[in-house]
Order: sequence, then C-alpha cells, then structure tokens
Amino acid sequence: MCGIAGIIHRNKGGDVGTEMTSMLRALKHRGPDSTGFALYGAPVEDEYVMRYKVAEQEELSSGFHIHKELEERKALVDERLRGLGVEILSEEAVTEYAYRCRIKFNSDMRKMADFIEDVEGVEILSIGEGLELVKDLGDADVVSNQYSLNGFAGTHGLGHTRMATESDVDIRSAHPYWAYPFKDVSVVHNGQLTNYWNFRRHLEHRGHRFVSNCDSELIAVYLADKMDQGKELEESMADSLSELDGAFTYLVATTDKLGMAKDTMAAKPMVVYESEDMVVLASEECAIRSIFPHEVDTFDPYEGEVRVWEC
Amino acid sequence: MGMLKDEQHKSYDMGMHTEQLSGRTMQKFFSIDEDGGRFTHPYDFEVDFDKKAELDVKEMESAEVNVRLRELMAEGNGHIVIKNPLAKHSICVGILNRLKLDVEGSLGYFGCGLIDGPNVRISGRVGWSCAENMMSGTVVIEKNAGSSFGAAIRGGDLVCKGDVGSRTGIDQKGGNIIVGGSTGAFSGFMMQRGRMVILGNAGINLGDSMYDGTIYVGGEVESHGVDAVPGEMTDMDAKWLEDKLDLYGMKAPNGISKMKKIVAGKQLWNYDNLEPAEKKIIL
Repeated sequence: MCGIAGIIHRNKGGDVGTEMTSMLRALKHRGPDSTGFALYGAPVEDEYVMRYKVAEQEELSSGFHIHKELEERKALVDERLRGLGVEILSEEAVTEYAYRCRIKFNSDMRKMADFIEDVEGVEILSIGEGLELVKDLGDADVVSNQYSLNGFAGTHGLGHTRMATESDVDIRSAHPYWAYPFKDVSVVHNGQLTNYWNFRRHLEHRGHRFVSNCDSELIAVYLADKMDQGKELEESMADSLSELDGAFTYLVATTDKLGMAKDTMAAKPMVVYESEDMVVLASEECAIRSIFPHEVDTFDPYEGEVRVWEC
Repeated sequence: MGMLKDEQHKSYDMGMHTEQLSGRTMQKFFSIDEDGGRFTHPYDFEVDFDKKAELDVKEMESAEVNVRLRELMAEGNGHIVIKNPLAKHSICVGILNRLKLDVEGSLGYFGCGLIDGPNVRISGRVGWSCAENMMSGTVVIEKNAGSSFGAAIRGGDLVCKGDVGSRTGIDQKGGNIIVGGSTGAFSGFMMQRGRMVILGNAGINLGDSMYDGTIYVGGEVESHGVDAVPGEMTDMDAKWLEDKLDLYGMKAPNGISKMKKIVAGKQLWNYDNLEPAEKKIIL
C-alpha cells in the first residue's frame, strides 16, 4: 500500500515540518515500515544543504567495531569534500549515521556526489538550496522527533509512509527519493512499476545511478533524466504516464513547484484540497483533515491526470 | 423443491442456496413470504423515527463508532446525527434496518458499506468504495466522492451531487447510482443490473464488459468500453429519469431529452449464454 502526502503554501511559508508530520501520522496504517520527508526551506544563494548517511540503521547492531567504522567513513567523506574544494559552513550529526551540512561549492554536482558515494555505506539523501530529505525506519512521530522536524519552516514538502513490498525495509529503500544529481528534486510514490528493470537498464546505460531496488527510485531518476534533456517538469511527468507501466500515483517537488501524476488506470488513490493559500494532497482524506480544524472541500484527480502547483 | 433433501430445504429457506445454471436465465426472485413475511438479521432493530440522538465521533476509532451506532439503534433511536466524522474509514457500515442518519462532514474509505435500509445524508465528501454492497435504502452525498463508488451495489439509491472518481458502480448488481457531476474511467465496469445516471461527463471505457443494466449520461462520453453500445431512449426512460432526478432535486444540465443511453451489446458472455461445455452437451 504506502501513503503519500504533499503540501505547498502559495503565498507565504508555513510550518511544513509539523504539517507533514501530522499528515504522515494519519497515514501510518498505510505503511509502518519507514517514514520519509522532503521539506523545502528558504533557499540561500550559493549555499546548499546536503543530507547524507554513512550506514543503514541495522548496521549499528552488527558489532562493536561498527562505531569506529562509521567514524572512519565520516572522516573519509570529510577528506573527500575538502579535496573537492567543498566549503563546509556548518555540520550537524543528527544521528550516529545521518548528517546534515551546509556547503558551498562550484564544481560538477554529479562528480562530487559520485566521489562521496564511493565511500562504502555512504548515500547522499539530498543536495539542494531548499530541499532537506530525511528518511528512516519507524513511523512519522519517531522520525520527526529523531530529526527534529517539527517547526521546520518552509514553503512546501512531500512525505511517505512505506509498506515494503518489493524491496527491503531499510533507509535506502525508503522514500522520498532525491532525483540524483539534480538539486532540489524529490519524489514520493504509491504503486508498482511493472517495467522497472527494462527502464532501469535503459537509464543505467545513460549514466544514472541507482542505490536501491525500489521501483519508486526509478521515477525520480526518470524525471531527472527527462529534465536533463531540457524538458520541463510537467512535460516530463506527462511522458511518464505513457512510458512507465503499472499502477501508480506519485508526487514530485522542485525548488518552487509541487506536482502530481496519476496513472491511466487511476488505481492508486489521491485526494486534493486546493485554495488560494495552499494545496494539500494525500492518499487519504483523513491526512488532509488532520491539519484542518474546519470542514474543507476536496476532490479526487482523474486517471492520467498531471497537475503542477507553484509556491 | 420436491427433490431437495432436508438440509437443502433449510439452506433454501435461509436464502443460502446455489443457483443451478439451467434454461435461459439464472435470475431468481425471492418471495417475501419465504421467511414468515420478514427477512431477519441479528442486528435488525425496531426504531422510532421521532427519537433522535447525536454522536460526536471526533475522538473515536471506526469500530467504536459502529458499535455506538448499534447501541443507539438498539435504544430505539430512529434518527442519528454524526458529528466530526473527519473522513474516518469504514464507519456507518452494516446498518440493516430503517434509520435516518445524517453525517455532518466527510467519510473516508468504505463508508456506508453493506447497508440494508437506512436513509443516509452526508454533507461532505466520501472516499473510495462508498456504499459498497449496499442492498437497499438511500445514501445522498452533497459533495464529491472517490473511486469505486457504489461497487457491487444490489439495491437502493446512491446519489452523489458532485464529481466521482474512477470505476463508479463497478460490478453493479442492482439499484441506482446517480452522479450530479462527472465520473472517471471504467465507470460501470462489469455492470450486471441496475441503472447508473451521470449528469456530467464520463471518462474512458464507460460500461466496459457490462453484462446488463443501463447507463444514462448527460454530458460527453470519452469512450465506450468493450461491449457497451448506445441504446434508444424511450418515454419510460425519460419518465423514470425525470421522477428520480426530481426526487433528489437534481437536473440534467442539457435536459433529459439530450441524455445518452448506454446498454450492453451482449456480444461478450452474458447471463443468457451457456458455458462452452454446456453448449457441447446441447449441440
């Protein structure tokens, strides 16, 4: 099953951390395995926020040696960042295996990401001017508290509660996915892609990397590839409806946009609330209700529908 | 009947028998007299329509809501108002007696499923699979509805005054589904009996693989499904539509005379055809 949710404030920002936590809490029954957030704060010029992990959560129980090993991995990441001329403005160890740092750099993002991820166990969760991607095992409250997301001020965000079906219960298979190596692009997905391996081989031949066997990652990479070829977000999403097979509904966010696409069979749910101030989307209406104390009007998008909203 | 054993008689009396495919039809009409003049259920309550109760379900789980509803009906309340439903799933289900039920707000998935008799009015929206397997009564939704609206309903009137998602009335076996706005893809998929009225537009593959039943559309049909073909509107159709829409205060945007009628072409398998193995026996 899996639950997905998104919110975008159109005129001014809001407490997207608390709002997304509330919505994902309401969707817990759709997937208790892991929870993820892609939150968009105010972008700072020439600065990026990089979120990365140096291990899976389960690795921590693999023996006493692991703590020293994680320190060594982290040291190697720091060394490589310095070697690439990346300026680390600030750094925070959110957990023993997850880090958030503000950086400045002018080199090729793909090269930098590839070099960092070459360190064993290291995965960059996101790089963006506004995007901060957080995902871990547990429900919305567990992850939100662990990463102090309540009170996160921003313009928009995506979220996901995962019921693992086709890949493992681990952080690398959790959503959202960053559309590596495009800054500020993230995806959450509910459904199954049936031409995953064909498309994965096609995209790997084009030089894209996959960190998991989760079909949802393919959507992020697919959209990144389309945009890399110069297509607009909405156009890329429209292409996905005819090129990706399966039953799916997904949400995608960029620096200032939030998009939704529903497959042509409309087999996966999505409910939308839209007003002048904000747009809220979720797999189930109870998630939308969780952030409104009053009655609101909602609707279901139809099959084959693509919609994009701007901040 | 004379050929049935005692236990088969008992099953037959309880309506738990298997239809035998023989002759030209499988349709079986029950007689109300078969059960002493009244079909009985374990939770079929005698209620007083002048006795009213309010139920605020804001802090309640879905199962608690349904249990409390039964308790209120057992106390004889014939008019119940539900407040703060907050799009909870699977509430107002399994009501098997006459009841006036007002829902002030929206329901989530599977709202009003498996009901047999109540008159329900919902001021908000409903999620997927509203009134699934409804047997009788009325459900009127003032706003929009999600997909699989009225899946497999067998009787009663299911009315949504707004737009409805995909697969509306999938496997409909009877009753009437009335939509004030538009519906999504595959509405009337595998429809078997009953009527569906769509005052707005219908999405792709309308009536795909329908066995029987009738669909009326006031707006545009994006495409017909396999074996769904245009039918001829008769005076009886027009009269039925006029009366039914009038009952719920609804109007066809372009008038009833402009509505389209879609029926089964019956070129696929349908109730009146025999299985290939049976054809071999006959031929």
